[in-house]
Amino acid sequence: MFTSFFYTLRERKVPVSITEWMTLMEALSKGYISSLNDFYYLARSILVKSEAYFDHYDIAFQEYFKGIKAPPEISEEIMNWLKDPFNRMFLTEEERALLDRMDLDELLEELEKRLREQTEQHDGGGYWIGRGGISPFGHSGQHPAGFRIGGSGGGRSAIQIAEQRQFRNYRHDLTLDIRQIEVALKGLRQLNRTGPEDELDLDKTIDATAKNAGDIDLIWRRSRKNKVKMLLLMDVGGSMDPFAHLCSLLFSAAHRSTHFKDFQYYYFHNCIYDYVYKDIQRRDAVSTDHLLHIMEPDYKVILVGDAWMAPSELNSIYGAIYYYERNYKPGIIRLKQIADHFSHCVWLNPESTNYWNEPTIMMIKRIFPMFELSIEGLQKAVKKLIVKH
Amino acid sequence: MTNDDFDKFKGSHDYVTSEALRNAVNVSIALKRPLLVRGEPGTGKTLLAHSIAKGIGKKLIVWNIKSTTKAQEGLYVYDTVQRLNDSRFGDKDISDIRQYIKLGKLGEAFASKEEMVLLIDEIDKADIEFPNDLLNEIDEMSFYIPETGETIVTVHRPIVVITSNAEKELPDAFLRRCIFHYIEFPDPPLMEEIIKVHFPDIRDKLLSQALATFYSLRKIDDFRKKPSTSELIDWIRVLIASNTPDEIIPTEIPFAGTLLKKEADYAHFVNAYMKRMRTTKTIDGYEALR
Repeated sequence: MFTSFFYTLRERKVPVSITEWMTLMEALSKGYISSLNDFYYLARSILVKSEAYFDHYDIAFQEYFKGIKAPPEISEEIMNWLKDPFNRMFLTEEERALLDRMDLDELLEELEKRLREQTEQHDGGGYWIGRGGISPFGHSGQHPAGFRIGGSGGGRSAIQIAEQRQFRNYRHDLTLDIRQIEVALKGLRQLNRTGPEDELDLDKTIDATAKNAGDIDLIWRRSRKNKVKMLLLMDVGGSMDPFAHLCSLLFSAAHRSTHFKDFQYYYFHNCIYDYVYKDIQRRDAVSTDHLLHIMEPDYKVILVGDAWMAPSELNSIYGAIYYYERNYKPGIIRLKQIADHFSHCVWLNPESTNYWNEPTIMMIKRIFPMFELSIEGLQKAVKKLIVKH
Repeated sequence: MTNDDFDKFKGSHDYVTSEALRNAVNVSIALKRPLLVRGEPGTGKTLLAHSIAKGIGKKLIVWNIKSTTKAQEGLYVYDTVQRLNDSRFGDKDISDIRQYIKLGKLGEAFASKEEMVLLIDEIDKADIEFPNDLLNEIDEMSFYIPETGETIVTVHRPIVVITSNAEKELPDAFLRRCIFHYIEFPDPPLMEEIIKVHFPDIRDKLLSQALATFYSLRKIDDFRKKPSTSELIDWIRVLIASNTPDEIIPTEIPFAGTLLKKEADYAHFVNAYMKRMRTTKTIDGYEALR
């Protein structure tokens, strides 16, 4: 029964296993289901084990039970604008009046219609923004990505619920917040017994006591602590500006993570040359040679940057974008030095993987294992940092 | 769902549930599989177990997980130190090991003569391996105590509710055995119900103003910690106690400190939003927020 639904789910990258599928069959055979609505929730609670996959599930559900295509995504920028209710204040009287005239369902319908039109007639995303008369922002303000407004949950059909795709924001490949980064960074640990002997070693105590003819002899040992030390090198300014927020999230998460034995960070611009900097304004310089001298090779190194520059900036002497830096070694040599010095390095790139065929990105990717700066990428990077060579 | 046998859990008078949640609970009871509940802090994950226990009239056992909790402790603890001590100073018969075996919360639920609801609270606090260590016991609902040669087998499978804050990823093998539910942040109509459970006599105007303000604050993504249900309830309590006029709630957001618990959030809120509100006096604040 429904076996192809199983494959639809797997195609949509929902990690469903046979065990879970059999559980669902068991539930179905007991006859608890009276409608598609029940089935939607039943199957979801049994098959999907993380809210990160709810959105994938919704899409698969739509596909299987209705055969319609998933709606086009609304660009992030617009979504962000919409999320801030205070933006409404800056609409003119007229615009707001227009917004208030439509009720929710009309707005939804209109929005969906336009989104569909858009994919049929245009590839770009700009079309519906420009459509005159009615402010598009208002439309999407009520978009299903938000919460349900009005209307009780019970009366809706399962497909409508799936269509709403309220879990879009929980997808792993989209969201990143400090907490999530912290969770990912928590993977970076290697426990070692260090510090004062403050933990009772029961086995040894019993042994010793027995040897002592029953006279209690307490044996203590050191407790386990994380020995991971981390070095964060971040590209700032220029082409990294659009990712500044993302990078600051990563930075605060790493900084707040108390479980590292040591945490060091430096900034650079575009590529690492003769100097790295203690501050974003790049005034407090430390020579790269000195850095490599003082940092032990067992630091785990995370480099963050778009790795996107003119090839000469990477390959040439004096190639640094600021002529006064007058680097005596090409950037790529510096990067190699870093990769050789430290045993565990990764490069996190905020650019989407679609752009990774740029020449400089390709070159740097050959030196450092490169991952996308997303939760998924970060998790992979952490795994890479923790493995023994 | 119409099946009486299935539809055991209907929520309780002081805990408002959604359809999806009731469904998940009933699936887990019917299929005898643990229910894993996740959700933002303050969405009532822990309270759910209390509500289930109350709803179907069973006793509740709570096992709070801490970072140092080991799976073994849930089953039983063999108090060797006590036995060692007794062997030296005590006058008890130390050859009877059974008196040094103390059942943990999980063991208690297994050994009980009646059906229980077992809450394993914040399972992700423990070590990464913790859930895996419990797999077999939760599957078989029995465990063996090598020290005494006893096997504890359940008479009635307890209804197991597990909560998690997603601080750590749970192992796949563990997840496969669970029924999963994600408690979403309540939408305004549901929130209204929840508030009315806490404040049955609240004035409609106050409620609607407070909710509108609350949800518009939650839409601001820059906050480190978004205000949650418990903060909203506190805030409304303050609003009622202070007799704040309803009209100024959305414009001045009095007692914002009750909603925003982090200094940085509060500062951000005052700088970025309150100032903007004041400079655009021509627009009525409430209209703007709606």
